[in-house]
Amino acid sequence: MSREKITVAVSGLNNIDSPGPGIPVIRGILESKVFEPRIIGLAYENLEPGAYMHELVDKTYKVPYPSEGVDPLMERVRYINSIENINVLIPNFDAELYVFMKSAEMLKSMGIHTFLPTLKQFEERHKSNLPEFGKKYDIKVPLSKPITSITDIEKLDKEFDFPYVVKGKFYDAYIAHNKEQAAMYFHKVSAKWGLPVIIQEFVKGTEVNVVALGDGKGNTVGAVPMRKQYITDKGKAWGGITLDDKSMLELTHKIIGSTQWRGGMELELIRTSKNELYLIEINPRLPAWVYLAVGSGQNLPEALVQLALGHEVKPMTEYDIGKMFIRYSYDMITTIDEFQRFSTREEL
Amino acid sequence: MKIKKNIAVSETGFVFDPSTGESFTLNGVGTEIIEMLRKGINQAEITSDITSRYDVDSASFERYYYDFISTLKLFQLIEDYE
Repeated sequence: MSREKITVAVSGLNNIDSPGPGIPVIRGILESKVFEPRIIGLAYENLEPGAYMHELVDKTYKVPYPSEGVDPLMERVRYINSIENINVLIPNFDAELYVFMKSAEMLKSMGIHTFLPTLKQFEERHKSNLPEFGKKYDIKVPLSKPITSITDIEKLDKEFDFPYVVKGKFYDAYIAHNKEQAAMYFHKVSAKWGLPVIIQEFVKGTEVNVVALGDGKGNTVGAVPMRKQYITDKGKAWGGITLDDKSMLELTHKIIGSTQWRGGMELELIRTSKNELYLIEINPRLPAWVYLAVGSGQNLPEALVQLALGHEVKPMTEYDIGKMFIRYSYDMITTIDEFQRFSTREEL
Repeated sequence: MKIKKNIAVSETGFVFDPSTGESFTLNGVGTEIIEMLRKGINQAEITSDITSRYDVDSASFERYYYDFISTLKLFQLIEDYE
């Protein structure tokens, strides 16, 4: 059977010590049995490794940060599309999702398909809205509260006991054991990710995760549960293993079913010693460890592209249990010529 | 007492719990005991088998046996007691 030729644009090419999901997503798409893809990288920085990984990325374009505004980013995408004829665009950073969701119709008018959560889904799963989310969908969540000022820490005594977790709006989380630490982490997190900073009850247990894909109609297209076996100092998985855990899958089906989730997602869960599952975060995109799902038999990036193009996708229910990933790094050799070309022409 | 059904034990003594993702390494005797527990062999028979093949008296073995069982319980490798 001949494979359908498509062009897919992917961001999150920062395949570094705290990697973005771009490269793992691309690896899944390249292994597709239904598509013959051309991969276009979208990079924000000159040194995003994916831009130089020509065996995975056919061509990379620099794009302006979403913080510079919607218009410059969309103008750049329009230019790239005029050359590349993009069929599907997969944004992989939390910080850029909002802009791409807001621009989904504009992208569609350019012939570019996306498969992203709705704004309502994106907003209600925010860390700061987690208590309401838990209440609405009857899911156990830790107490969370957004704060916008250092003085708010003084007012937390009635609601929170130490230790508690100080979290950034998009990324980063630190466990604070006293007010001094809480204040230090508040400054650290707010300087990097802005306000609000989220204060979250510390739930003791084992962190487990699920990568999943919802079709936007309440169906789970695929889901794979995993436990991180070792976590780096940046809180990222060094290695992980797929689990045989029906309760995690049931919770995933419940969340996707009740929210009608559209697109990729990562559930961050804590399993307590009483075997209860607490939802601590929903990341509204495929995570950097998504290639473990591909390796276990569920090509979620391929399914996401199919959904974006309006193809019918049969739900995937099977996956290999005990499949592991071990993250590694190696030094890629490139030339100053490549670097200068990308830095000055913003295309490589 | 039963070892959880889905626990995988390799010939080399590598134990994998697919529900938690935890893995453990056993020595030869530990592997033998786990295999006997999986077959539903009771403690008296295990004691008799091990003491007949190894240089250990039943009182000492039972002490080690209960210690081993508590470790299995601690790591949640045993089905809940009826």
